[in-house]
Amino acid sequence: MAEKAIAKNKGSISKFSWTLKEIKNNKVAYVMIAPYFVIFFLFTVLPVLLSIFFSFTDFDMMNFPGDPVGFDNYIRLLLDDDIFLTAIQNTLIFAAITGPGSYLLSLMFAWFINELTPRVRALVTLVFYAPSISGNVYLIWTYLFTADQHGLVNGWLMEMGMITTPIEFFKNPTYIMPIIIVVALWTSLGTSFLNFIAGFQVVDRSLYEAGAVDGVKNRWQELWYITLPYMKPQMMLSAILAITGAFGFGGIITGLVGFPSPDYCAHTIMHHLEDYGNTRFEMGYASAIAVILFFMQIGCNTIIRKILDKVGK
Amino acid sequence: MAKLRIRKSNHAMNRSFGGDLGIYIILAIFGAFMFIPMLYTVIQSLKPLDELWMYPPRFWVQKPTLDNFGDLLKLMGTSWVPFSRYIFNTAFISILGTFGNVIFSSFAAYSLAKIRFPGRKFLFNIVQKSLMFNATVTSITNFLSMSILGLLDSYWAIIIPACATPLGLYLMKQFMETSVPDAVLESARLDGASEWRIFWTLVMPMVKPAWMTLIVFCFKDLWNAGASTYVYSEQLKTFNYAINQIITGGISRQGAGAASTVIMMIVPIAVFVFSQSNVIETMSTSGMKD
Repeated sequence: MAEKAIAKNKGSISKFSWTLKEIKNNKVAYVMIAPYFVIFFLFTVLPVLLSIFFSFTDFDMMNFPGDPVGFDNYIRLLLDDDIFLTAIQNTLIFAAITGPGSYLLSLMFAWFINELTPRVRALVTLVFYAPSISGNVYLIWTYLFTADQHGLVNGWLMEMGMITTPIEFFKNPTYIMPIIIVVALWTSLGTSFLNFIAGFQVVDRSLYEAGAVDGVKNRWQELWYITLPYMKPQMMLSAILAITGAFGFGGIITGLVGFPSPDYCAHTIMHHLEDYGNTRFEMGYASAIAVILFFMQIGCNTIIRKILDKVGK
Repeated sequence: MAKLRIRKSNHAMNRSFGGDLGIYIILAIFGAFMFIPMLYTVIQSLKPLDELWMYPPRFWVQKPTLDNFGDLLKLMGTSWVPFSRYIFNTAFISILGTFGNVIFSSFAAYSLAKIRFPGRKFLFNIVQKSLMFNATVTSITNFLSMSILGLLDSYWAIIIPACATPLGLYLMKQFMETSVPDAVLESARLDGASEWRIFWTLVMPMVKPAWMTLIVFCFKDLWNAGASTYVYSEQLKTFNYAINQIITGGISRQGAGAASTVIMMIVPIAVFVFSQSNVIETMSTSGMKD
């Protein structure tokens, strides 16, 4: 604001030459951001733009940079590629459960943990957070659900006489989706969860006193009318992290059920992308998949932001 | 003292005994759900072979042993790339990538938060937008960039992109905005201190919680990095990759697999335990306003 006011006062100087002068005066700022933003543009921004470009070509290992094919890749994806339609459906189901699920669980646990004394709070936070930072520890679930009587779940079920032959959990589509959703949720209390823990701690205590005077009767009302509106900025960031996370569980699925999954029952867009990009090297086609994935994530984020704006109103 | 007591009782006003009890019960149930698989990993790593193959299976270990950790070393000894090489690779990537990310993100964050220069809002907006999609989207075309830049099949293919994470810059900038007062910077500038000097002697000590947080987040991501599509030489692969090979090598390697997972998870958990309060402090400024 201040810069603009000064610029106006000087009147005679055009906006362009003012900007140039500001750039010159702040040369050091550009030097400071240079290392970060060179890497950032090269490996985060450029790839998105390139993907959009290549999605309209038939670029592959033989043909670089490929010939323009218009919307052929997209038409093929949406009309001819049955597996991709399965992948979209699985991704959406999976994201629709794990995204909001992880978000609401993070919020709920952070809220509950906030009621504990500081020392207990630190310990409980660690218990809930640990699975998300422990690398491939989720593979322990394959031991829990091992397909013979030595697996804990099968062993117990057989001992109790509920089944006579072991269930092949990771071969049977009926069980795969629920199990990977549970495991994904188990590993999903990550950064957005810590973000909520922090959010609860910064709420101004005097607001609760004021709220009590104004007739806030129980902790639900306190949460809805005081805490959540106060930490709305935190809720925004957590939502973004939860959504991005919900589209990024491909590795866990592959780790648990392998690739490709039986009958493609857990095949997601991430898998389809890897399949065409890294195995078949049909880069143009894979780029179209990446572009669709990109817009799905941006779209979800936009919708969620609109919904979150209504909190506490 | 008196004030404190009043506050406490006031806060407790909206708390019912039943509600408290409900909270403890829910936390206990879900806490057990979170904790038991972690515990089971440790237990499996301590079971001798006959207990791993016992029927009916037991949750607890009866005669704990460290044999599995020994077997792991033996298994690793039979691979043609020495075990120590995988650990070196992971340590090298994690330390260098974390260091680069902290330095580069802090430079950029300071500049965006505290120096008024044309274009800073635009640049920050792009970073904020890029939080909204994950790296899967960029993986295909990054392969191309990597091969053009000659980074394929080297440590740098993993380290360099890790040096500029959107979340790193975002957290750093938000924290600097809230916790570094402009007045301090202004008076330092009036005294003739350069921006670099201000950055190193004033700002970095003030934002210690933020870069500690960055260390936790960045380190755990790199430490857990498994097989990368950009690296195919066996001697450049990571510890996590090697472990996955063992685990997927067959069910008979359950014990060694669990042992390696335990080794793998101890490190990021320890890093987090030591810096938990810093992380929470940093996240408390991380809200997204607009």
